[in-house]
Amino acid sequence: MSDDIVAGIRSGDVRAIARTISRIDNGDPGIVGIVKALHVHTGEAHVIGITGPPGSGKSTLVDKLVRSYRRDGFTVAVVAVDPSSPFTGGAILGDRIRMQAHATDEGVFIRSLATRGHLGGVSRATIDTVRVLDAAGYRRIIIETVGVGQSEVDIVRLADTIVLVSVPGLGDDIQAIKAGVMEIGDVFVVNKSDRDGADRVVREIKGMLETALVNGTTPPFALAGHGVAKAAAGYSDDPHGLPPVIKTIAETGEGVDSVKKAIEGHRAGLDQAGLLRARRLANVEHELRSVVTDRLTALLERDDIRSRTKMLSAEVVDRARDPHDAADDLMAAMG
Amino acid sequence: MERKIRVLVAKPGLDGHDRGAKVIARALRDAGMEVIYTGLRQTPEQIVQAGMQEDVDCIAMSILSGAHNHLFPRVMELLKERKVDDILVIGGGVIPESDIPFLKSAGIAEIFGPGTPTKVTIDFIRANLKRNS
Ligand SMILES: Nc1nc2c(ncn2[C@@H]2O[C@H](COP(=O)(O)OP(=O)(O)O)[C@@H](O)[C@H]2O)c(=O)[nH]1
Ligand SMILES: [Mg+2]
Repeated sequence: MSDDIVAGIRSGDVRAIARTISRIDNGDPGIVGIVKALHVHTGEAHVIGITGPPGSGKSTLVDKLVRSYRRDGFTVAVVAVDPSSPFTGGAILGDRIRMQAHATDEGVFIRSLATRGHLGGVSRATIDTVRVLDAAGYRRIIIETVGVGQSEVDIVRLADTIVLVSVPGLGDDIQAIKAGVMEIGDVFVVNKSDRDGADRVVREIKGMLETALVNGTTPPFALAGHGVAKAAAGYSDDPHGLPPVIKTIAETGEGVDSVKKAIEGHRAGLDQAGLLRARRLANVEHELRSVVTDRLTALLERDDIRSRTKMLSAEVVDRARDPHDAADDLMAAMG
Repeated sequence: MERKIRVLVAKPGLDGHDRGAKVIARALRDAGMEVIYTGLRQTPEQIVQAGMQEDVDCIAMSILSGAHNHLFPRVMELLKERKVDDILVIGGGVIPESDIPFLKSAGIAEIFGPGTPTKVTIDFIRANLKRNS
């Protein structure tokens, strides 16, 4: 049964892929065996994360990138993540509206996911969804997430290349990119550059990147980008090796080929500089920690552990034990 | 394990506006469902492919242009071709009473006319899902 599903996914069967993603999304414990079996067949895809504020034109940009990649002969999968309503748990997922040109192209697989209470926007379900699409043979996997605080940083955890989208006219100071988010960008896109103020946004982003470089506050990922710029032609022509900042009009497709070239150049540079492996190592390390954290959390909810926690708490309140001693006891009970 | 109902809301045909489809999309979301909204002027091929990739439980189509007798059965035909028999398909919009028996015989589970309270549609979807996982 699960062998059939794995074979179906590997042969690109749409239903097998789509159902497996749903089971992952629903937290179906029966899916673990399939995800495990797929793992050896993954790692080939180039995973591209695209994030930025709502309405900045991410989906439109993704649509045009898909078109460009298809012309180059790559198969492409898109995972578009949008927030669930915190009140009803429902969601309206509208990213496909912009991507309908590819709806009947067999070389393109588009899947919309809701965050389902995952504030980060990029959940474990997203990571495993990418695995399924990777194993299914899609060579470029684009993940679109809405940039609201933490989610922009989360996407670093599963992408090889991060594209940060901003637009002119969202506000006075650098609206698009907040501190702590800037640093994760490998390629910067200023979309809607048919509007006034695009050049100013470009200058602001470049200024922030230079400041970060001079101050040495650039964290490892951007530094990786820095190393890449030196290693790879076609990624960045900045004399200091800073990531490229590219103006686009996603609606007409203007500038989108340059974005694609920068993404491809970044990946090639990661390879040449030996940084792809470093990046993936860091991501898997993070994933392992989060898997273990999830398991521990689940264990804490087990009936016997819950009642033991209650009992120990009472002992702590009664001063029969101290909290550290109680925690030792609980850890021992958890095995 | 949380099971979410996923619905593709689609507008086949050449209608110029999608107000009705947006109303139902919002109502389904407010009922806790995940709505994949694909916008205007969808071909049956696009609807079926999107429905399969998104692994929806239900395809809800709305049509005003009068081409329902062609477009709705075509969606059912394509689903059958692809051996998909577990997606509930419903329709709405401006559809004459006299066309309903034909559409139902083609496999459309129910037709909701203009002014149907959204709750009726929501309850129908919940009660008629074709799969439980
Ligand atoms: N003026 C202008 N509008 C654009 C451009 N790119 C996208 N849009 C429009 O911006 C709106 C939001 O686009 P969308 O791709 O859905 O943004 P997302 O929310 O970031 O995915 C749509 O109405 C697009 O047509 C652009 O380059 N210039
Ligand atoms: Mg979008």
